[in-house]
Amino acid sequence: MLTLKSLQAGYGQLMVLKGISLHVRPGEVVTLIGGNGAGKSTTLRAISGLLPVWRGQVEFNGQDLSRVPAEQIVGLGLALVPEGRRVFASLSVLANLELGAFHRRDSRQVRADLLDLQERFPILKERARQPAGTMSGGEQQILAISRAMMARPQLLMLDEPSMGLSPRNVQLVYDILRELKEQGTTLLLVEQNARAALRLADRGYVIETGRIILDGTAAELQDDPEVKRAYLGKGYREVWE
Amino acid sequence: MTAFIVHLAILAGIYIILAVSLNLIVGYAGQVSLGHAAFYGIGAYASTLVAMSWEVPYPLAALWAMLVSGLCGLALGLPTLRLKEDYLAIVTLGFGVIIDLVIRNLEITGGPDGIVGVPTPVILGLSFRNPLLYLLLVGLGVGFSLLFTYLLVNSYHGRALKAIRDHEITAQVMGINSPAYKVAIFALAAALAGLAGSLFAHYIKHINYESFGLHTSILIVCMVVLGGMGSILGSVLGAIILTVLPETLRQFQSYQDLIYGGLLVALLVWRPQGLLGKGKLSLKFLERKE
Repeated sequence: MLTLKSLQAGYGQLMVLKGISLHVRPGEVVTLIGGNGAGKSTTLRAISGLLPVWRGQVEFNGQDLSRVPAEQIVGLGLALVPEGRRVFASLSVLANLELGAFHRRDSRQVRADLLDLQERFPILKERARQPAGTMSGGEQQILAISRAMMARPQLLMLDEPSMGLSPRNVQLVYDILRELKEQGTTLLLVEQNARAALRLADRGYVIETGRIILDGTAAELQDDPEVKRAYLGKGYREVWE
Repeated sequence: MTAFIVHLAILAGIYIILAVSLNLIVGYAGQVSLGHAAFYGIGAYASTLVAMSWEVPYPLAALWAMLVSGLCGLALGLPTLRLKEDYLAIVTLGFGVIIDLVIRNLEITGGPDGIVGVPTPVILGLSFRNPLLYLLLVGLGVGFSLLFTYLLVNSYHGRALKAIRDHEITAQVMGINSPAYKVAIFALAAALAGLAGSLFAHYIKHINYESFGLHTSILIVCMVVLGGMGSILGSVLGAIILTVLPETLRQFQSYQDLIYGGLLVALLVWRPQGLLGKGKLSLKFLERKE
């Protein structure tokens, strides 16, 4: 579905991605884990057209994305939940959701999708008229994910959905992602919270200073000593047992 | 005295159009323009020249002013609106200076002396020589501008603009073509400034470069900031206050600048978001943020 081949990109003179290759198959949940500044978000920005692709390929359903402007990407079936949620704070919750479907012309179906989401997440209905900026962090993340779902994406990309959330809200967000997975939504999940991400994902890639250093099934990665040491943290029980 | 009040009201009306249109750029598209007076000037000269050379009816001259200013806005916006705010501010500042110099030096604009004897508007045989009648005409212009702006910001496209203002990158990810929106809003705002220019020229009768320079651009920015960015009503209020206040303070001549400056400083200290900044909604979550 999505294929990156030796993708290179960066900011100004600085090359951040030094050749990223990965792929996502339909129905899969793939996670890209790595530390701060490894290039996780940069990868998503390059796929979304927010950063120019220097070299290499970004292909989605056989179409080359490297020259497609950011605002046309969503119309091709790729939606992004940006880092730090980024709801439109001064706009109402309802307006945020409707903006998720900005590019769609099938207004009746949009309406139906909206009602579906409001039923699934009652908070979206209760707070419909309230500015999105007044919601709590966890609620904003629900809104940001729902807003992206309003685009009816074939592939949903999430940039650190657990960032800045309390453990309880992280659980809440991952429950939603699990639900999406069970419904067959394809996810590309970028995370620093490797433990949560690997628990949900089918496969994963480990990125370090702009290169993929490891890939495999989620189970393989969870058992990899290097991953355990570097990303699952000292608190990871098996290390200490 | 009445004549003076009518005169002030006409000027305030013209500044309302300018402030409301600049507010579209600053408050809704989130861009800074320091050259709004240039479009005001372009509209004034365009309207004057077409009315004097071809004696077209006034409504056509006003439309022509809007068209020319709008196209200039488009021409400036296309190459520059991908710039970030502070760079855009510099470019628009430069544009203002260029237009000022062009107006001062072209033969067709009368050079530094400007143009004298701009014709009084006549619509369907009705002459707007009487200032009270002219106030009505300005009122029409203000009404049109307010209605247009109100409908625009509350439309589907207005929502896209607000999304760009809240967070541009996210808006782009949602499929909103933010450069196109910014150029469009810039051109529309320029067109409204052109309308203000036309109303000004045909009222004041003698136009020259002095009315359309940097000083005016900054005055318009002050009106928007004073009233509160992103609030239509705020811009109206800001325009009225900054038109009327300097005139009323004239009695305390030597203290005028002191009072005027002091008030602005006080405002920026106690209400940096402006008098009616961003409406009721944002006030609530400003409190929350603290």
